[in-house]
Amino acid sequence: MLDQIQKQLLYEVADLHKMPEGAYNIRANGGLAARNTTANIDIVSKENGSGIDIKIKDGTKNESVHIPVVLSQSGLKETVYNDFYIGEDCDVVIVAGCGIDNCGVQDSEHDGIHRFYVGKNSRVRYVEKHYGSGDGSGKRILNPVTEVYQQEGSYVDMEMVQIKGVDSTIRTTKAELAAGATMIVHERLMTHGTQSATSVYEVALNGEDSSTDVISRSVAKDESEQIFEASIIGNTVCHGHAECDAIIMDKAHVVAVPKLDANCVDAALIHEAAIGKIAGDQLIKLMSLGLTEAEAEEQIVSGFLR
Amino acid sequence: MLEIKNISYEVEENSAEKSIIDNLSLTIGDGKFVVITGPNGGGKSTLAKLIMGIYRTNSGSIIYDGTDITEMSITERARLGISFAFQQPVHFKGIKVIDLLRLASGSNISVTEACEYLSKVGLCARDYIDREVNASLSGGELKRIEIATVLARGTKLIIFDEPEAGIDLWSFQNLIRVFENIRESVNGTVVIISHQERIINIADDIVVIENGKVKLQGPKDEILPAIMHTPAAVNEACSKLS
Repeated sequence: MLDQIQKQLLYEVADLHKMPEGAYNIRANGGLAARNTTANIDIVSKENGSGIDIKIKDGTKNESVHIPVVLSQSGLKETVYNDFYIGEDCDVVIVAGCGIDNCGVQDSEHDGIHRFYVGKNSRVRYVEKHYGSGDGSGKRILNPVTEVYQQEGSYVDMEMVQIKGVDSTIRTTKAELAAGATMIVHERLMTHGTQSATSVYEVALNGEDSSTDVISRSVAKDESEQIFEASIIGNTVCHGHAECDAIIMDKAHVVAVPKLDANCVDAALIHEAAIGKIAGDQLIKLMSLGLTEAEAEEQIVSGFLR
Repeated sequence: MLEIKNISYEVEENSAEKSIIDNLSLTIGDGKFVVITGPNGGGKSTLAKLIMGIYRTNSGSIIYDGTDITEMSITERARLGISFAFQQPVHFKGIKVIDLLRLASGSNISVTEACEYLSKVGLCARDYIDREVNASLSGGELKRIEIATVLARGTKLIIFDEPEAGIDLWSFQNLIRVFENIRESVNGTVVIISHQERIINIADDIVVIENGKVKLQGPKDEILPAIMHTPAAVNEACSKLS
């Protein structure tokens, strides 16, 4: 059974009020809290106890898997390996995410290593949310690693969200795409206080006509720090686009590091990066509608991170 | 009623003070449809921004409905009942047309209500309500959304800063129709900064501003003949050609 704090964390990272429909595996304070499998989706614990394997049968359509993790015990540190084996011609939604509530003085840390093996012509939508709460001095730390191996014609759409409360994150995402595969990433990030967040993406476009679009929108407040590194490697005829758009506020620090690596004359790779404060004319426009400056700022930031 | 009393506004240019508005006084009565016109660089848009509080006067006072608003912020003036349509509509990443209309109306208006404001400016609501207010919209579309937001506020005084700026001729024809509709339907005072004869033509009163001062002011029938065919009007036309 989950307690109230864990239920709140679950709601923040997975929009879940109660047990979800379909397949799920809920991990709470380092142990299994609940699991459900379906005819097409199997979830099994790894023999060494280091995580789970999620196996999705060929042709599974319109099904979802939820694998949220909640930590409400101060000082807990864990590393979990979750491997997704997605068959051919599937169309599935996978919702992961981690919520940490730390009221204590010791650091709490969850490092999730997710590996996706996506079969031919399958479509996967993957949503990963991070959330931290609790007013203890112990830090809330998340270091997710995502590896994606996409076969021919597959399509992966990843939404990575971390809006509040996580003190330190290093997010590493690596992908390798075969012919005709597409990977879309939308990252939304807000840091405040003295938080730091690093996102590193490396997408290798190995197959002909593979493509990727890596888009990051972030807001850095107070004295927080963000580093965004996007590397796209074009090894054949392919399309790659990376975009980093950041609003910087107060005394924050934002670094955008683009890297395009073309090994083929027909690799079309583009990178865009923009860092700037909230435009004065945006504030003036919203103030002319009757909002205070603080309300205007809030609207601009929440719209930007939508 | 809007009373502007002896206001001045200077800016620093090449480390010298340059006067933009020079001891200007002007009264605009309730329910009037007033067009402020005059040569480029004469101070029209600056005056509009001084009324909204976007710029601050160096001296003089602005009285709105008996309240001295000279020292008030943009927010306070907006809440008192003044709206402002910008010459260059602002872009917002992630904020949708419906969001902007809701912020403008100050309540969580329904999609149907929001659609009414868009219809008033000649936009098919279904196509726009969920669009982001960003560069994917054309100049004419943004301009009309800008006008819809000030209509959604429903305030007693609306100022339009050169609504014709930056839109193509086709959009302009439609824009005139929008202003003709506003002329018929708005209960309140409308002040439009404009060079366009067709907009000037639907005014009750015309104010001509030149060199930071009111040069002429009065009913359209008196002022319009006086400003047509003047050297200033010819210069204005020539500057557009070049």
